[in-house]
Amino acid sequence: MNGPPIGSAELAARLRERDTTVAPAVLNLLESRSPAMRAQAEAMVRATSPAALGAEAGAHLIGITGPPGVGKSSLLSQLLAAWRQRDRSVAVLAVDPTSRRSGGALLGDRARIDVDPADRAVFVRSTATSGRLGGLAAPTRAAASALAVAFDVVVIETVGVGQSETEVADVADTVAVVVQPGSGDVLQFLKAGIMEIPDVLVVAKADLGAAARRSLADLGATLHSLHAADTALVAVSSIPPPTGIDELIAALDAHRASLDISARRLHARRMQALADFASEHGERGLRAVGGHRGAERYLAEQDRGLDVPALVRLLEERAGG
Amino acid sequence: MSSPKSPRLPEPDRPWLMRTYAGHSDARRSNELYRRNLEKGQTGLSVAFDLPTQTGYDPDHELARGEVGKVGVSIAHLGDMRSLLHGIPLEKMNTSMTINATAAWLLALYVVAAQEQGVAQDKLQGTTQNDILKEYLSRGTYSFPPGPSMRLIADTIAHAVTHIPKWNPINICSYHLQEAGATPVQEIAYSICNAIAVLDAVRERLSTSRGDHGEDVMDRVFGRISFFVNAGVRFVEEHAKLRAMAQLWDELGRERYGVGEERHRRFRYGVQVNSLGLTESQPENNVYRIALEALAVTLGRSARARAIQLPAWNEALGLPRPWDQQWSLRLQQILAYETDLLEYSDIFDGSRVMDGLVAQLVEGAREEMSRVAELGGAVEAVDYMKGALVASHRERLRKIENGEQVVVGMNRFTQSEPSPLVAGADGGILVVDPAVERECRAAVRRWRDQRDPDAVARALEELARVARDEHENLMPATIAAARAGVTTGEWAQALREVFGEYRAPTGVGEAAALPAEGLVELREEVERISEALGRRMKLLVGKPGLDGHSNGAEQIAVRARDAGMDVIYEGIRLTPSQIATSAAQEGVHVVGLSILSGSHRELIPAVLEALRASGADQVPVVVGGIIPDADAASLRAAGVAAVYTPKDWDLNRMIADIIALVAQRNGIAATVSG
Ligand code: B12
Ligand SMILES: Nc1nc2c(ncn2[C@@H]2O[C@H](COP(=O)(O)OP(=O)(O)OP(=O)(O)O)[C@@H](O)[C@H]2O)c(=O)[nH]1
Ligand SMILES: [Mg+2]
Repeated sequence: MNGPPIGSAELAARLRERDTTVAPAVLNLLESRSPAMRAQAEAMVRATSPAALGAEAGAHLIGITGPPGVGKSSLLSQLLAAWRQRDRSVAVLAVDPTSRRSGGALLGDRARIDVDPADRAVFVRSTATSGRLGGLAAPTRAAASALAVAFDVVVIETVGVGQSETEVADVADTVAVVVQPGSGDVLQFLKAGIMEIPDVLVVAKADLGAAARRSLADLGATLHSLHAADTALVAVSSIPPPTGIDELIAALDAHRASLDISARRLHARRMQALADFASEHGERGLRAVGGHRGAERYLAEQDRGLDVPALVRLLEERAGG
Repeated sequence: MSSPKSPRLPEPDRPWLMRTYAGHSDARRSNELYRRNLEKGQTGLSVAFDLPTQTGYDPDHELARGEVGKVGVSIAHLGDMRSLLHGIPLEKMNTSMTINATAAWLLALYVVAAQEQGVAQDKLQGTTQNDILKEYLSRGTYSFPPGPSMRLIADTIAHAVTHIPKWNPINICSYHLQEAGATPVQEIAYSICNAIAVLDAVRERLSTSRGDHGEDVMDRVFGRISFFVNAGVRFVEEHAKLRAMAQLWDELGRERYGVGEERHRRFRYGVQVNSLGLTESQPENNVYRIALEALAVTLGRSARARAIQLPAWNEALGLPRPWDQQWSLRLQQILAYETDLLEYSDIFDGSRVMDGLVAQLVEGAREEMSRVAELGGAVEAVDYMKGALVASHRERLRKIENGEQVVVGMNRFTQSEPSPLVAGADGGILVVDPAVERECRAAVRRWRDQRDPDAVARALEELARVARDEHENLMPATIAAARAGVTTGEWAQALREVFGEYRAPTGVGEAAALPAEGLVELREEVERISEALGRRMKLLVGKPGLDGHSNGAEQIAVRARDAGMDVIYEGIRLTPSQIATSAAQEGVHVVGLSILSGSHRELIPAVLEALRASGADQVPVVVGGIIPDADAASLRAAGVAAVYTPKDWDLNRMIADIIALVAQRNGIAATVSG
C-alpha cells in the first residue's frame, strides 16, 4: 500500500539522512510477516545498526508504561507538544491489545494524541500485540531501533500492563511508569519487589488534587525506604491547563544524561535477539539454548558490535548444534 | 357537567407547547420560516443552529467549511440574533434553543436582542439546552474540557435564577442518550446522574462565588431544571420510563437537595420523539411510528410533556422541508384538539402493569446510578457511560440484524410499491443553497468592519480576565461582549485560550468482542487476506468536519474489530488532513468515512485530496451516512469505492464488502481456494 514499496537499502539510507517521512514505510516493512519482506527488513536493520552507523543511534528511547486508562496517551500528547517546542522530532510507537476472540484490535491511543498534520517531524504509529505478552508488539523493538536513527525522541507506549509485563525496560533508555492517583498497586509492587524501580515515576491526573498529592507522598516515602530517593518522581496533569510537563521532560533528560548509552543499547540488542528467537522457536528453542538465563549468559559473551539478526543467528546455531 | 365520580376533568387540560425544530441558512430566512410556522398554529419556537455556531466558530473559520447554515441557522453576532427574532413578540414567545457549548453566548445574544425590542430579562421564557455531559456522551458539539464547561453551566444557571427567572437555563437531555443506543434504564440513570453533576456544581459555585443569591436559591435552581427526553416506539414502556423519572426526580429533590416545595420538585420535560428508529426504507411508515411515540409522552396525565416537537416522515433521508414539518405539526394538533386525550385525569392511575413497569425501571436505574456514583459521579464516569452506550447500541443493531427486533419495511415485510413521496425533483428533502456559506462569510466580515474595534477588544479582554478568575460569574462579561459586537467565534476563542480544548472518549475500546455469531467466515477471510498482505488488515474509520453523528462510525469500527481487523478510530471532528495523516502514518489498507450532517459534498473530496497529498492515494475509500442518491453518484465518480446509507443495515455485509475491496485492490483472489 501507500505507493510502491521502497527498497530496504533506500529506507536505511533515508533514515540515516534523518528523513522522518519514511517512517510509515519503515513500519510497513517491519510489521510484515511475509518471508520476502522479512529478508528486506533484516537488511534494513543491518544497514541501520550501530555497526553500520559507527555509533549508537542518537535518539532518546523512552518507554511509557502503566495500568490501563491511567493517562499514558494523554500525557504523551502533552509531552509531544513540549518536545516540538524544543524542536525535537518525535516518533511514537503505541501498542494496544489484540482481542483474543476476534484477532482484531481497536487501536485507541492515537485518539488521545494530538498531532499537527502539517508537522513532518512527528510520527505516530499504532500496533496491536497480536496476543503477545510483555506489553509490546512483535515489531516494536526493531521499529524503535530503526526510528532512533532518524528521530530525536522515540517513545513507546506499552499496552496498559500489570506488574509483570515490563518488556519495555529491555528496549528503552529511560522507562517512565505512570501511576493512578489513589491506587496502591504500584506502591505494593515496588515494596514487594515484584516490580523493578523505574527510572522515572509519574503520578498522573494531578488535577484530581488530594488523591494525587497523597500518592506522591506515599511513593516518595517508599522510594526513600528502598534507598532509591534519587529516582525522579513527578506529578503531571494532562488536561488543560497541563502541569508538570516541563519537570517531567527535565527528569527524562537528566536520566538520559546519566546513562552509559552504549551499555544500555547493547543490553537492549541482546534482549531483543532473545525475544525474537523465542517468538520464532518457542519454549523448545529456548530450552535448547539453556533457557532464558543460559541464553543471556551466552549472548553476553558475544561480540559487542553484532546486530540483532546476527545475534539471533548465533542463538539459532547454538540451538541447532 | 362532570359529577365528582366522573373520570373526566372539569375542564380539559391546556395542550402542551407545540414546536418544530427548525432553522437553516441565515437569520433572515429562518425568521421567515418561524413566522410561517407560528401562523400555522405552532405555539413555541425551537431553534436549530448550524454546527459552527454550536461549536463556537465564525462562518469564515476553516473548520466551518461546508457546514455554514446547513443543519441549522448561522448566528455569528447580535445582528444575526436581531434578524432571527425580528417581528416575533418575545414577551409572549417561549423559545427553546438547542445550544450547549456556546449556550451562555446565545442566551446573552437573546437577552440583548430582547432588550432592544423593549422586553426585559425577567419577562423572557424559554430554554437553553446547555447540557454538556450528553454532548460528550452523544451529541458532539462540545468545545471546552469538563471542568470549565461545568463552570459555564453553573454560571448561566446562577445568573438566570436571579435575572431571567422564567428561563430554563438548562435542559438535562436523555433524548440524545437514547439516540446513541441507550436502553430505558440507561436513559433514566445517566440523565439523572448528569443532573446531579450539574446541581452539585451549581451548589458548590453558589457557595464559593461572590454575590448574594437569596435564601432558597437551591430550591429555585432545582425548580428551574427541566428535561429533554426521548420516546421510542415501545410506547407503553416508554411512558413508564417518564413516570419513573418523575419519581426519581422528586426523591432526589427531597433527599439530596432538601427542596421543600413540591412544585419545585415537579418533573418538567419537553420531548422530541425517537428518530433513530425512523427508516430510510419505506419512509412513509415513519408517520405511524411518530404518532405512536407521541402517545408515550401524552397518554398519562401525571407524566405528560410540557412541550413537544416531532420529527418528520423523511427523517432518515435528509432535512425536512416546511411541508414535511407541517405534516408533523398537524399530528400534534390532531392529538390535542381532535382526540379526547386531554379530557381525563391520569388514565394509568392504579394500573398494576404500569406500576410494575415503573418499579422495574426505577430499580434498574438505581443500580446503574450507584455504579456511576462509585466512579465519582457523571463527570468522572463519562468514559464508562460512553462505553456502555456503544455496547447497548451494538446490542440493538445485533438484534435488528438477526431479526429478533422487527423493523417493518426494513428487515421484514420489505416488499414495496414505489413511493410517490420521494418521486419529486428534490428527492423529498430540503437542500440548503450552497451560496449561503459564501453570503454568511461575507456578512460576518462586513459586521467586523463596521463595529467599534476598541469596544470589542475591551470586551474580549474583560471576558478573558473573568474566565481566569474562578470566583466570578461569566454571564455579565458575556452579555457585555454581545452588546459590544463580538462574534460567536471570538467569544469561544477567548474562552478556548483560557480553558483549553477537549476530545471526548470514543467508547469503542471498551466494547467486549462479540461472540462468533455470523462472524466466523468474516474472521477466516480477514486472516487469509492478512496473511497474503503480510500484516493484519488495517482500517481507519474517519469522521471529517464538525459532524457529531458517531453511531455509525462507532459500530462499523467495533464490528470490523470483531471481524478481526486492526482498527483506528479517533472520534469525531477531524480535519481532512488529520484523517489523511493518520491513514498514511498508520499504513492502513482502507479508509471508511462517515458523514451524516450533509457536508459530504465538500468534505469527502477534501479528504481524497488530502490523501493524495500524503501519498496515500492508493488506499481505497468507502463512505457511509446520510448521502442522497444524486450525491452518491458524484462521490463515486470522484474516486470513492462505495457509498452506504441507513438502508444498508446489515453490518456484516458491509464488512464483507470492505474485505473484498482490500483483497481486490491488492491483487488477492477474493474467495478461498483449496
Ligand atoms: C441518531 C441521530 C442523532 C444523534 C447522534 C448520536 C450519535 N452519537 O451518533 C443526535 C441526537 C445526537 C443527533 C444530533 C443531531 N442531528 Co441527527 N440524526 C440521528 C438519526 C436519527 C440517526 C442516525 C444514526 O445514528 N443511525 C444509526 C447508525 C448506526 O446509522 P448510520 O450512521 O446511518 O450508519 C449506517 C449507514 O449509514 C452506514 N454507515 C454510516 N457510516 C459509515 C461508515 C462506513 C465506513 C461504512 C462502511 C458504513 C457507514 O452503516 C450504518 C449501518 O447501517 C438521523 C436520521 C436517521 N434516522 O438516519 C439524524 C440526522 C442524521 N441528524 C441530523 C441533524 C441535522 C442533527 C443535528 C445537526 C441537528 C442540529 N441542528 O443540531 C444534531 C447535531 C449533531 C452533530 N453534532 O453533528 C440530520 C442531518 C441532515 C442532513 N444530512 O442533511 C438527520 C438526517 C435528521 C434529519 N432528517 O434532519 N442526531
Ligand atoms: N482528570 C484527568 N484525567 C485524565 C488525565 N489524563 C488522562 N485523563 C483521562 O483518563 C482517561 C484515560 O486516558 P488515556 O490517556 O487514554 O490513558 P492510557 O493510559 O493511555 O489508556 P490505555 O492506553 O487504554 O491504557 C481519559 O478519560 C482521559 O481523559 C489528567 O491529567 N487528568
Ligand atoms: Mg493509551
